[in-house]
Amino acid sequence: MAAHTTYDRPVAPARAPAGARRRRRRPTAWIFAGPAAALFALFFAYPLGASLLQSFTTEDAGATHWVGLDQYRRMIHDPAFLESLFNTGIILAVQVPVMIGLALVLAVLLNQSWLRFRGTWRAVYFLPAVTTLVAYAVVFQVLLKTDGGLVNQILGAIGIGQVDWLNSPTWARVSLIASLTWRWTGYNAVILLAGLQSIGKEQYEAAAIDGATTLSTYTRVILPQLRPVVLFCVITSTIGTLQLFDENYVLTRGGPDDATLTPVVYLYKVGFQQLDFGYAAAIAWVVVALIAAISALQYVAFGRERRR
Amino acid sequence: MTALQQAPVRVHPARRAGRYAVRLFLTAGAVVSLVPFLWMAIAATHSTSDLFRSPPPFLPGGRLLDNLARLQDTIGFGRVLLNSVGIAVVHTVLSSLISAMCGYGLAKYRFRGRGLLLGAVLATMMIPFQVLLVPLFQMMASVGWIDSYQAVVLPFLANSFGILLMRQGFVDFPDELLESARIDGSGELRTFYQVVLPCVRPQLGALVIFTFMAQWNSFIWPLLMLNSEDKYTVPVALNTLTGLSHVDYSGLMLGSLLATLPLMALFLLFQRQFVAGLLGGAVKG
Repeated sequence: MAAHTTYDRPVAPARAPAGARRRRRRPTAWIFAGPAAALFALFFAYPLGASLLQSFTTEDAGATHWVGLDQYRRMIHDPAFLESLFNTGIILAVQVPVMIGLALVLAVLLNQSWLRFRGTWRAVYFLPAVTTLVAYAVVFQVLLKTDGGLVNQILGAIGIGQVDWLNSPTWARVSLIASLTWRWTGYNAVILLAGLQSIGKEQYEAAAIDGATTLSTYTRVILPQLRPVVLFCVITSTIGTLQLFDENYVLTRGGPDDATLTPVVYLYKVGFQQLDFGYAAAIAWVVVALIAAISALQYVAFGRERRR
Repeated sequence: MTALQQAPVRVHPARRAGRYAVRLFLTAGAVVSLVPFLWMAIAATHSTSDLFRSPPPFLPGGRLLDNLARLQDTIGFGRVLLNSVGIAVVHTVLSSLISAMCGYGLAKYRFRGRGLLLGAVLATMMIPFQVLLVPLFQMMASVGWIDSYQAVVLPFLANSFGILLMRQGFVDFPDELLESARIDGSGELRTFYQVVLPCVRPQLGALVIFTFMAQWNSFIWPLLMLNSEDKYTVPVALNTLTGLSHVDYSGLMLGSLLATLPLMALFLLFQRQFVAGLLGGAVKG
């Protein structure tokens, strides 16, 4: 990348004294950019290319064979992979909208000027997001334990029977969705709150003078302006969902019956437990393609300017 | 509401009721947010059998030191904590420095390959790092670095989020100041450390906290790289405990608590920088 020497010129200042910049300088820009550039080349560009190539190959008895698109074809008929996509779809369809909706409500409530100790509220709601990832999965494991876990004890006290939270496919999905929501709602609420705070007071006042109710002030005036921030939250949550690993790996190892399997947990199992590197690389590239496609879709759907 | 109020605006009774409803809703949400933390703290001081008895314990018990001793026996928790701190500190210092320098280079210099580098930075933001897992694993295996600290720290040092955050901070730095430092005969690097860096303290603070937290939490890569128990980081060690046939739940809860406390302390100390970093230029505040 930096094989040839270049002579950089500092960005010309507005009042450059003529001729002062004649002297050739040593290429200092690369002193600053060089370390990061070298790291990107070695640990990003190279492995990226390698994994793409690897996704078209298979290893057999130590020898590598080119198999074209076979690994990708294999995915279409792989029940476990399809299951992982289905699970991701459920989380995208259920968890993300519920979480963003809840975060939006929280952000609006936390933005009320009459509310005291707003900093404290914000900190409390953000706290789940600063829990160590693995630790929170562990805590949920204990809370949701079937015999004697706190949640079942509470349910028992109300008179509802025991729920087999982590061992039945349906309830395991519910558990995963609940823990994801617990951890990330406050995080998104804080981002949305920052967006709300950048909207000037005069907007509310103008709406009030025009006779808008509190509700219509929000739905007609404030929320439309918050659109880019909501889009940001939706896209980051979607990307996070498509890359889900830590939570479901620790909570259930992707089980029971692959009910909480996600593409990345599956990739991990295929690559590092079955040592099928070619297939793992192909799965990874499908995740990349999905992230690109869904992000673009959301951008188009959300990013539209509202036409009057 | 007949008496004269000190408040500048009289609050309508209906609105007042609405405010109580809002407070109630927020309180309920806060309880849901905090219960797992309380439970973590309480559970860390009981024995595993007490955790699941009915009714569950609501007050701290006296088993904290027992649990700590057992955690030390099973996973060598002291050592594991030290590994986590060491890896996170080294990674954070190097990564922040490299990102700040690269951000500065991109903001203040024109050079050949600048566009390419910026493209690479944006590409790493877009492309999920899981794609790199297999080839990176093979790279580390081929140089014999599996089960080493450097294998955990090195690959993710150049952090595109950090580079963009810092670049944002440097763009507004006045060129005249750089120019006058040059005329005074200060070298480029010295100018950077003594003149420029002190001016972007807020961004640097946000970056440091963010990087530290991300590294402290990182799980899948250390899980792949580290095989020997005395090199484990806290998340990897806690994960090994969950896989046993007789899970030591109270030990796990204590470990989780100790893993989370440093992050909570950091967050409460640097809340403002943290939120600034969170928005990372996505929302101009």
